[in-house]
Amino acid sequence: MIVTSGNRKRRNVNHAAYIFIIPFVITFLIFSVYPVFRTLFLSFTNFKGFGTPDFVGMDNYVRVVGDKFFWRAFGNTLQIWIVNIVLQLGIAFILTVVFSDIKYRMQGLGLFRAIFYLPNIIAATSVAFLFSTLLDWRYGTINQLLAFFGINKGNPTNWLGSSSVAPYVIAVIGAWMWFGNSFIMLMAGVQGISKDYFEAAAIDGAGRWKMFSGITIPLLKPILLYVGITSLIGGLQMFDLPFLISGGTAGNPSGKLQTVIMYLYKFGFETGTRQVGYAAAIAYTLFAIILIVSVIQFRAMRDKED
Amino acid sequence: MSYKIKKSILYLSLILLALTCVLPFILMVVNATRSGIDIMTSFSFLPGDALAENWETVSGYFNLFKGFYNSLLVAIPATILTAYFSAITAYALAVYHFRGGKFILLVIVVFMMIPGQLSLLGFYNLIAKLKLVDSYIPLIIPAIAAPGTVFFLRQYLLSVLSKSLLEAARIDGATEIHIFHRIVFPIMLPGVATMSIGAFIGNWNSYLVPLILLNSPEKFTLPVMIASLRSSQDITSNQGAIYLAVAISVIPILIVFMFCSKYIISSISAGAVKE
Repeated sequence: MIVTSGNRKRRNVNHAAYIFIIPFVITFLIFSVYPVFRTLFLSFTNFKGFGTPDFVGMDNYVRVVGDKFFWRAFGNTLQIWIVNIVLQLGIAFILTVVFSDIKYRMQGLGLFRAIFYLPNIIAATSVAFLFSTLLDWRYGTINQLLAFFGINKGNPTNWLGSSSVAPYVIAVIGAWMWFGNSFIMLMAGVQGISKDYFEAAAIDGAGRWKMFSGITIPLLKPILLYVGITSLIGGLQMFDLPFLISGGTAGNPSGKLQTVIMYLYKFGFETGTRQVGYAAAIAYTLFAIILIVSVIQFRAMRDKED
Repeated sequence: MSYKIKKSILYLSLILLALTCVLPFILMVVNATRSGIDIMTSFSFLPGDALAENWETVSGYFNLFKGFYNSLLVAIPATILTAYFSAITAYALAVYHFRGGKFILLVIVVFMMIPGQLSLLGFYNLIAKLKLVDSYIPLIIPAIAAPGTVFFLRQYLLSVLSKSLLEAARIDGATEIHIFHRIVFPIMLPGVATMSIGAFIGNWNSYLVPLILLNSPEKFTLPVMIASLRSSQDITSNQGAIYLAVAISVIPILIVFMFCSKYIISSISAGAVKE
């Protein structure tokens, strides 16, 4: 008698879970799952943003693959991302090495970490305006500061107006914004490594660099992989900074700041050029590229482990 | 001796890097108080006396406090929805055994990896069909489903909650929803607080989605409003006004950060190790 009622009770208990997850599941289906499939559907149509979409098969995808402006935007994005990630991860990695060094035992990790993370929490819109004003080539404070130290005096660099400089400036601003985040993640990984490994290695007579290359790096790999893939996903979707700094989807100077998402935005949302079906195909093409690169990145990291 | 010198060099480099992080904000605050002409002719680390004048230029073009208010109107409800519904969903996924639970978890992980651009066009299309363009509803309601937060809180719950506590409460006759509200939610509060700060900052800073959804200037959130600076001749011709507008948009979040940086950093650390 008691056992049966216990079982009955338990079954009811687990049923409560359905009620608890219903709001999440419904919202998730409507606002997350449906839009992803809706975008996929639109990518096979000639939808212009109004009226009924007509099915056009693979036309949009064929057009994306042959669209030199898409590939130009892709190349721009890649250029900005690569410079950005090298700087961002490079600085984060060096900082991790410095703070985890057992010989120097640097203090103040908490304070430095907070300061390095600070630029992360500022809205990209504010950062964009702050820097485009500071970097104004005639009247900006940065060129005044440089001139004060005797750099480029009388010949100020046109940071945002020169097509050969501007992509690097965006990459550096991005690295400035995000290196603190990468550093915190790498540092968390190092702190998660058991002290036993290092003690055992010390007993075996391993030096600092031996420990670093033999213990720290291999154990950091999953986090490096995670940081790498998330930064790739985020980096190929770069929008706010170049859009606001260049002042529109054209990505001037000379279209060098036009990223893929800015190109997508032009077709997806700008009146006059709206071709939503085509924009949707751009979104999925970019996704396919991200997926392929992530898999390659993942494989490469895993194979090295073997 | 060389050890000490090397260590000093390391500290010096760290301080320089920290200065690089802070310097743009210092220049921002200083320049916000200087006149446009002063800024154009020279730099200074001392405040000027043009704050009132700059403020007049800014407030003559738009009402930043309205933008503030609008941003709060979106970010606060969205954050509360994310916090509460992520917590209850995470609780259901962590504690109960039910059909489909594993599948939901898998879908959540997959969607954490899917880039936002895939849903952007479909999302706008859906909102247009629902006739909700230029409304705050599509900026707030979707916050109920935050896959990343659910995933984090589920992991968090698995590590802090003891099931015997739940059994004891059940024997005392507490209903399941009571158990969640009275026992589980307080236990997961540190995790919820951490995720809420992140959610709030994300909502507060969000630009692309409000940009495509909001048409009426009086509904603009702060980032969208700041981004419209460029179209004002009065402001772009006075750099002091630009700095002041940007400073006003940045200072609240700096204050939040001063008090919550520990939580924010611990959430990133936890997220990194869990992956």
